[in-house]
Amino acid sequence: MQASATEADLREVVAFRIGSQEFCIDIRAVREIRGWTPTTILPHAPAYVIGVINLRGLVVPIINLAARLAVGAPEPDARHVVIITVVDDQLIGLLVDAVSDILTVSPSAVQPTPQVASEATQAFVRGVIMIDARMLRLLDLAGVRPSPRPAT
Amino acid sequence: MDHADIRETFFTECEDLLEALHDGLARIEYTLCIGMDAETVNTVFRAVHSIKGGAGAFKLDQLVRFAHQFETTLDALRAGRIVADPALMGLLHRSADQLSDLVQVARAGNDAACPNLLCLTHELAAAAGEDEDNGDSDAEDFGFSPLSLDLDLGGSDLTSGSNGGRYAIAFSPTRALYACGNDTSVLLRVLSDLGRMEVRLDRSRLPDFDALDWQESWLDWQIILETDEPEHQIDEIFEFVEDLCRLEVSPLPEDMTLEETEVGHAPEPPASTVAGPLKKPADEGRGSAPRATVRVDLDRVDRLINIVGELVINQAMLSQCVQDEGVPQRSPMRGRLDDFRSLAREIQASVMAIRAQAIKPLFQRMARIAREAATSAGKQVRLVTEGEGTEVDKTVIERLADPLTHMIRNAVDHGIETPELRASAGKSETGMITLSAAHRSGRVLIEVQDDGGGINRPRVLEIARSKGLVPENAVLSDEETDELLFMPGFSTASVLSDLSGRGVGMDVVRSTIESLGGRVGITSVPGHGTRFSISLPLTLAVLDGMVVDVSGQTMVIPVSTIIETLRPCPADVHGLGSGGQVVGIRGSFVPIVDCGAVFGYRDPVHTYDKSVLLLVETGRQKLCALVVDAIHDQRQVVIKGLETGYGDIPGIAAATILGDGRIALIIDPEGLVELGASPHGPGSEL
Repeated sequence: MQASATEADLREVVAFRIGSQEFCIDIRAVREIRGWTPTTILPHAPAYVIGVINLRGLVVPIINLAARLAVGAPEPDARHVVIITVVDDQLIGLLVDAVSDILTVSPSAVQPTPQVASEATQAFVRGVIMIDARMLRLLDLAGVRPSPRPAT
Repeated sequence: MDHADIRETFFTECEDLLEALHDGLARIEYTLCIGMDAETVNTVFRAVHSIKGGAGAFKLDQLVRFAHQFETTLDALRAGRIVADPALMGLLHRSADQLSDLVQVARAGNDAACPNLLCLTHELAAAAGEDEDNGDSDAEDFGFSPLSLDLDLGGSDLTSGSNGGRYAIAFSPTRALYACGNDTSVLLRVLSDLGRMEVRLDRSRLPDFDALDWQESWLDWQIILETDEPEHQIDEIFEFVEDLCRLEVSPLPEDMTLEETEVGHAPEPPASTVAGPLKKPADEGRGSAPRATVRVDLDRVDRLINIVGELVINQAMLSQCVQDEGVPQRSPMRGRLDDFRSLAREIQASVMAIRAQAIKPLFQRMARIAREAATSAGKQVRLVTEGEGTEVDKTVIERLADPLTHMIRNAVDHGIETPELRASAGKSETGMITLSAAHRSGRVLIEVQDDGGGINRPRVLEIARSKGLVPENAVLSDEETDELLFMPGFSTASVLSDLSGRGVGMDVVRSTIESLGGRVGITSVPGHGTRFSISLPLTLAVLDGMVVDVSGQTMVIPVSTIIETLRPCPADVHGLGSGGQVVGIRGSFVPIVDCGAVFGYRDPVHTYDKSVLLLVETGRQKLCALVVDAIHDQRQVVIKGLETGYGDIPGIAAATILGDGRIALIIDPEGLVELGASPHGPGSEL
């Protein structure tokens, strides 16, 4: 009983880096982590959707997180990493600079996002976590997903 | 298996039974003139009977009552008390339709009353020569259920005839018994539950070990059973294997015993682990030649198709690697790889075949549509179907139902003339509609042909003019006139009937067929009838595509939409307004749509000397020239749904995976042309 309670309290997050900032997402949302491969460009897609890749037969859209979060968007190359995530049963790949580690945190360690001017930050960051001297921004995956647009 | 599962099984069986029923009725009707085939009537009877039985088990009273009356009438027909004349056949057909409806209602779970039910029941009763209110009297007959399981060997109902005694049983299993997964030890053990049993194993036929065929059955048993149970209890134990063994049961005088006994556990039979279902002695209601089938969840099949699609792509990638590595042409690896490729293709073809279904159920539905349409239009129509066994992808069949319904109704409503008119034209009063399906060069060809009056072209033209669909002074060829039927907003019936002309026109038929990658054609001979031909791809899972290059992106265009490819001569390209361009092809001007620009891959170009033009036909017979940079290849591609999480991408139908593992987008020409038509479409958003 107690064991399960602690398990529920703690959660593991995958920490990754975009530019100079560190972010993290719940590990349960992560399917796999793979190297960058060239994408097929989708016409009329938002600029942060850099295309689709073939993940063992599934067509998975890739989001350039740096562009989505407006923290500078370099051209993706082989050094970049794609984190394949599942958001509401849908596979989405997140392009990041590097995955740093997997950390165990307790929900109480998550602090509300400090008020900053950046709109993107408010929309996509659910909270911040302090670990040692690092600040991890806990990403809101559902918010990162491209918003549905009316069918034309 | 819980109750819901059994219920579901019952309804799935009902589908088969209803199919057999409709089939049988059609056959009876067909053989009407040459006398009735008793076996066919039996089949029909059994089908209704089985449905009634199953329905009884699930307390579907409405269904049971109707099926019972139906059965009674069929029984009278079977016994020869009534004769199958056209009127009776009509009634039987309507009853079969009603039965289908009732099954559907029951399946949906609402026991809602059907309006025609009562009067149809009375009609059936009248036809069977009964008193009208006699129909429900023998209700005690409803309770039985053929679904009850026969495996209950406990024997609680054995009060009748306790003429037990001693029996000598000679039991010689055949090879097939083991092959079907039966176990003699189980049979003997169950038998021993009936009473005191002495068993002797007869090994006399067992050959030397060297000569032993381990799959053959070598062992026989001689059993003396002392029991209080009646003899039929013994037979019941062996019921499932009665075709698979030699069994002799004979009563024995009191004092005989076996001299030499090997009592106790029945010896293990020769090992045979071939798993197989117990074979039922006879399959009631299915009629002759039962086919061994397995019902599989469609999801599983689709998953299998997906995985096999992956396998084929993976194989292509592997071949590419081997090629790139410079493996010599004569290396054994190449040979093995070729084998692998053909195996992968074969698996893919077989798996695709699982999804394919005979078109028969769809045709049966059409037979009903034709009957109902004929009744309400006051015409006499016979629907003849051909090529019912033609197999088509399940999705195609499902999506074909609406357009086909419409075409059949059209044929009855507009095609076939009234009986008087037909008689005066020297035709048989009964109109004939032929619905046929066949495989033609990798596609499915479905034709709806009537022997009616043909298209009244002057009238069609007149209507088209009055509706402003064509200019007043237009001169159209016969074919062009016929094509007018497919124009949106066209309806020839001056009085909108209940059947066709309910706002859904032939244009909807055409667009539905085209969305399936098919085409519709029409030919008509005045006085002799009209024929609609539908040509469809065999499956929706793969598509014949032309692999093209658009501004560095590899894309695929469905071959079915492409009419021709050409390299334009600069003199043929003309500007039209600001940015618009057309190309002159054999005297007509076709608008040019630059794929690269519309998709936002690059800025519009104005010279096309390095490009290729694909002349495509979109929905409304409009031509359009798509500009691509190069044509790579033409091949079959596996269609992948494109779910990006933000809705449809205009101009893109789906995606596919190419041999190198990259994704290529499949262009939807119609959507693309629409995009291109608005000069500053979404392309400028980027």
